Amino acid sequence: MIDKRVESCAAAVADISHGATVMIGGFGEAGSPVELIHALIDRGARDLTIVSNNTGSGRVGLAALIAAGRVAKMICSYPRSANSTVFPELFRSRRIALELVPQGTLAERIRAGGAGIPAFYTPSAVGTILADGKESRVFDGREYIMECSIRADFALVRADRADRYGNLTYSKTARNFGPIMCTAADCSIVQVRTLSEPGEIDAEWVVTPGIFVQRVVHVANPQQESRLVREGVAYP
Amino acid sequence: MSPILPPVGWSRDDMARLAALDIADGSYVNLGIGIPELVAAHVPPGREVVFHTENGLLGVGPPPPAGLEDPELINAGKKPVTAVPGAAYFHHADSFAMIRGGHLDVSVLGAMQVSEKGDLANWSVGEPDAIPAVGGAMDLVAGVKTVLVLTEHTTKSGEPKLLRRCSFPLTGRGVVTRIYTNLAVVELTPEGFAALALAPGLSLKEVRRWTDAPLSDARPKRVRMCT
Repeated sequence: MIDKRVESCAAAVADISHGATVMIGGFGEAGSPVELIHALIDRGARDLTIVSNNTGSGRVGLAALIAAGRVAKMICSYPRSANSTVFPELFRSRRIALELVPQGTLAERIRAGGAGIPAFYTPSAVGTILADGKESRVFDGREYIMECSIRADFALVRADRADRYGNLTYSKTARNFGPIMCTAADCSIVQVRTLSEPGEIDAEWVVTPGIFVQRVVHVANPQQESRLVREGVAYP
Repeated sequence: MSPILPPVGWSRDDMARLAALDIADGSYVNLGIGIPELVAAHVPPGREVVFHTENGLLGVGPPPPAGLEDPELINAGKKPVTAVPGAAYFHHADSFAMIRGGHLDVSVLGAMQVSEKGDLANWSVGEPDAIPAVGGAMDLVAGVKTVLVLTEHTTKSGEPKLLRRCSFPLTGRGVVTRIYTNLAVVELTPEGFAALALAPGLSLKEVRRWTDAPLSDARPKRVRMCT
């Protein structure tokens, strides 16, 4: 029998080790798996490479993971945003590395990683400093640069609903990177608001088919990152 | 001493209205963060324009009333929005397939600098201590054919933003179609900047004074006679 449900966030992240590459879903707070990230902080793994669009805000979620000194390198498109102070401080004092990637290239590198494509050509960033050192090639008279795909050991994702097979649906713009990250990690761990019985999610409406998901954790009332930031909460 | 500043010219809403007039009925449009966001409120009556936000929504509606914000329904600037009837949600790879695959008709962006070759710089001032953050700008200018730029004609201290060459790191080379500033509407032509319209009361000479590259006159004749 297939049953991907795990009883707690702590159990779901218990085998994430030092030096792991971890994709973390979310665009700002929308889709950020706050409870899974906090469990990863508790777990204590360090020297992590994190792939995520942003670097979190305040001192909760991804920002708290970075503040705890667990992240050696960020791969992201937009590491600064409102209420984002943790990453800038560490970056300026050279205590964290940054690989800056245009957002569409980041998404496509993850998609390619999940689809078994090692690299691809794109016109994004041609003629800019982000193309420095990259192989380039002309197709039909236009210049493109080569970008390599990204895979991860783990993905931490927040979805709306799951069944025991790991079939997922999402909520509005909280979907963002979740579906592609699930495809690109050896072990995708998903927190969901609602657990359903098989068949309750209509097969026509499944966004992420369960084959891309290894673990599902039920978090019925996820914390809202912006509220925690407003209240000045610092994790742990 | 306070810097010498250009005339006030058009308001930001004027600039957004002028840009909206140039967006055809039925267009799919991505609006950048800042002044470009104002374009959504100025779509002329009788036209239907579908707004895209790169974080996964086609059919962006106006901001929700206070108290009805949904933290899971936001735009690329991470501000709460609504979804219009007929909207669609999708993941990031699909969203950027719309951008990079040439499916969007228009991208409206802000700018720090634009060169007479159509180069755009809008993501970094290149200072060593700055936190570099690029977001989706490089994908938008590489993938969308029509790139409209909405920006003040100069910086806050009066430095021209329309230049022979950008000094800041580029977002893309030769990508800008047209610029809407508080002083003028400027087309990018193979010969460089060409003024299509000037803010009320301004002469070409005055706009040229705040432009650090040649600016030719491409105003329709009837308009030229009036100014």
